[in-house]
Amino acid sequence: MTNATIEIEIDGKKLDVEPGSMVIEAADEAGIPIPRFCYHKKLSVAANCRMCLVEVEKVGKPLPACATPVTAGMKVFTQSEKARIAQRSVMEFLLINHPLDCPICDQGGECELQDLSMGYGQDITRFSEGKRSVANEDMGPLVATEMTRCIQCTRCVRFGEEISGVRELGTLGRGEHLWIGTYIKQSLTSEISANIIDLCPVGALTSKPFQFTARAWELTQHPSIAPHDCLGSNLFIHSRKQEVMRVVPRENEKINETWLSDRDRFSYLGIHSHKRLTKPLVKISGEWQEVEWDIALRTVVAKISGVLDLYEPSQLAALISPNSTIEEMYLLQKILRKLGSNNIDHRLHQSDFSDQDDQVLMPTLTGMTLEEMEEQETILIFGSHLNHEQPLAAVRVRKAIQQGAQVFSINAMDYDFAFDLAGKIIENPTSLPTTLASLIQEVANITAQSLPEFFTASFSGKNPSETIKRLAKRLVDTKRNSLLLGELAQNHPNASTIRTLSQLLSTLIPLKLAFLTFGANSAGAWMAGVLPHRQAAGQTISTPGLTIHDALEKKLKAYILFGIEPGKDLAFSSQALAAFSEAETLIAFTSFSDRVLMERAHVILPISVFAETSGTFINVAGTWQTFRGAVTPRGEIRPGWKVLRALANFFGFDEDFRYTSSEMIRDELQQLTPASPSSSHPQTLSLHANFSPAAGMVSRIIAWPLYQTDSLVRHAEALQATPLHESPRLHLNQKTADKFALSAGEMAQVNRKEIILPVHIDASIPDDCVYIPAGFEETAGLSVPFGEILLEKASA
Amino acid sequence: MVEKTQFVLSEAAKSKIDSWLAKYPPEQKRSAVIPALHIAQDENQGWLSDEAMEAVADYLGLPKMAVFEVATFYSMYNLKPIGKHQISVCTNVSCMLKGSDKIAEHFKNKLGISFNETTSDGNATLKEVECLAACAGAPACMIDKTYYENLTPEKIDELLRGLSST
Ligand code: SF4
Ligand code: FES
Ligand code: FES
Repeated sequence: MTNATIEIEIDGKKLDVEPGSMVIEAADEAGIPIPRFCYHKKLSVAANCRMCLVEVEKVGKPLPACATPVTAGMKVFTQSEKARIAQRSVMEFLLINHPLDCPICDQGGECELQDLSMGYGQDITRFSEGKRSVANEDMGPLVATEMTRCIQCTRCVRFGEEISGVRELGTLGRGEHLWIGTYIKQSLTSEISANIIDLCPVGALTSKPFQFTARAWELTQHPSIAPHDCLGSNLFIHSRKQEVMRVVPRENEKINETWLSDRDRFSYLGIHSHKRLTKPLVKISGEWQEVEWDIALRTVVAKISGVLDLYEPSQLAALISPNSTIEEMYLLQKILRKLGSNNIDHRLHQSDFSDQDDQVLMPTLTGMTLEEMEEQETILIFGSHLNHEQPLAAVRVRKAIQQGAQVFSINAMDYDFAFDLAGKIIENPTSLPTTLASLIQEVANITAQSLPEFFTASFSGKNPSETIKRLAKRLVDTKRNSLLLGELAQNHPNASTIRTLSQLLSTLIPLKLAFLTFGANSAGAWMAGVLPHRQAAGQTISTPGLTIHDALEKKLKAYILFGIEPGKDLAFSSQALAAFSEAETLIAFTSFSDRVLMERAHVILPISVFAETSGTFINVAGTWQTFRGAVTPRGEIRPGWKVLRALANFFGFDEDFRYTSSEMIRDELQQLTPASPSSSHPQTLSLHANFSPAAGMVSRIIAWPLYQTDSLVRHAEALQATPLHESPRLHLNQKTADKFALSAGEMAQVNRKEIILPVHIDASIPDDCVYIPAGFEETAGLSVPFGEILLEKASA
Repeated sequence: MVEKTQFVLSEAAKSKIDSWLAKYPPEQKRSAVIPALHIAQDENQGWLSDEAMEAVADYLGLPKMAVFEVATFYSMYNLKPIGKHQISVCTNVSCMLKGSDKIAEHFKNKLGISFNETTSDGNATLKEVECLAACAGAPACMIDKTYYENLTPEKIDELLRGLSST
């Protein structure tokens, strides 16, 4: 970009503008309104609606402002007689085929066509012929269609082509008979498909779950933050009285631009689930009883104190969802530590904690911004299903590719990324660390650097594959490189090795490490100290507590769960179920009724979810984002931080828990000086969890599917009805299936009947591996997240 | 859209498509989509089934939608099964001035069908098309891939006789 600007004039106003920009951009910048339909700043210029016609001095015909580049000295008139006539005529043409029945249209009141027709339309129509009508298509449970209202601006089509990478909609037919449709009546299948609702200027594409439930002017708008992935997309909650009616994106160039993933947009539907618990519950002689809050909290205190009277405080552990706010996290760890226990964790999906002391203050993009992700030249996606884990980060990666980046993937499954990879390696998860090591070796060879002793001692000579050679060369040749470590990389049983190797690679070449963590607030969890070995702000602890794995494996006497459904949210779910059935006390802070909790908990405290509480998330770029509650939860449901504060008071910890707002809690945390844990990376490497399958066994791959990530999403029915929703099945490729004489649809048993699932033949799985999704009751009993399992045909 | 059919591009079809591909830069495979669709249509009894379009999309490495857009744009592609012969009658300006209304009427009466229909014996499909670029010989029609100009009812009768005997 050059800094030299040129001068133009719009409606007599002198403006300095960027050369190469379009008249409409200059006008937008200066706040001069120009009507438009097809133009959208995030999409390519189509210039097909002609609504933006303006007069330009010395040009005979009116010109489309969206497709006319600025030139020095240009004089533009948006309101001249000529411009007005052109704009009015275009509006008249647009309305020829458009239904004039706004009162029965769902877009009424927030329709760009309706709004502009007020300014440019006429009050009578000269068109008395029949109007065109277009058949509707069923595009799935998220987007409702009324295609007769389409004005063929093609924004929705360009979105698929340019942003989501899935060409779901197309311009079909031509001329008078042109229509916008899907390929042979398919449902939408992109993770970000519902953005076409906002893009569509008219009522052709609207939100199906929201359809006909409210008018725009009845809604109150509350800024908030999305509660599912580590980007922390900005959004608006639209409520009517105390009900969340819908969620729409709130523009933030640094994070979500103008987009929102479908998960962030529709998870609010879970708020209204009939599975919500609205009263505190205490189990009295095996029966659940609804009680008042003070009785419930007193019971919690009595139960925990009872355990602490008899046993060491280390018999108490707390687990908290990484989707909780930092205020909730900070209070919970504060209470637990007051009670003398350091057994607190949020790393629900992870299994290798051996390098926890060497990890930095919190996992982030290590200095890179999300915007910079678009400017990368080479990106390696390692152990991540990026478009499912962080759908809008995938949009950035796509843009990088459009600007010439090469993207490689090293994964345990052959994911469909909706962008073209320059190379991929799909292999048994067991081999991932050695493959990364071979990349390091190759990079060191090319750059003639020597590798440290600890590396050469552990990894000797796995021959680099062709792809690794190409990737290594590329990484050496380009300057802006990044390595995206996704969930599989972080949940891997050798995650510490993967982390150490990644650090090592980043010392050999310029390379940004991006830890794309699970949940909305994993970074916040590290900051708030919900870890057994670190307190708030990363302060170390002399005698660390138990990691989540050890706390479950050791079967402690008392557990506190915050926002967790044990069968669905934990990697070690079968260990958890065993531990909880033996525990003397299980206290659950939860928003939804869950089978395991109803069976095994002793006290249930109903807490608010997204939109019902204030709080703060720290996103993957390290940004603190505070939001306020939008609605008051129903019944006796209370925000988590308030319940925790009250609980602290019931424990008698009045002194340190005098918070009257969630902001006070955040400020307290923010005022702590963050420790800067030594970034001296471990100097040893061991594949301590060596889990290559023995003969006759296969490796399990675990992942949380897009719409199974957390309880709110799992209760959002519309999301559960999309084609992207997975069901609990055993995925394996044909070759592996043949080996075990399994065929599609048959039932297979895993580990001598730990679980039984239908077989699904899936070519994206490498040989001798099975993918068994987590997040389902049906898969909860399996004792190994990764590692070897036994596969057999289920006996009838 | 209609019925599920099997479709595989034959080797001959592939090599025909390849000869078109050779005319364009290698990264511009979509340039060959129009001839490729014609080739696929010829191999599929004159119409493009979903499978035929998908085969073209796969072969050219294009999103299915990109192929579908082209196939719906041009009236030369049939998205439903057609009769053994396709009769395309021009009703655009020049032909209209030279009496295409009568010509069309005569076709309809003789065949006992309207536009976009197929005779019950499956022999012929009647289509109305825009200018065939044969205005000098208006009124014109195209039967399969052959043009017939200066049509008269008698000429049509003769043409139709020829059709039913093949
Ligand atoms: S459906 Fe909406 S966004 Fe798509 S082309 Fe029509 S008016 Fe534009
Ligand atoms: S906005 Fe310029 S032509 Fe549509
Ligand atoms: S109008 Fe019929 S051929 Fe041109």
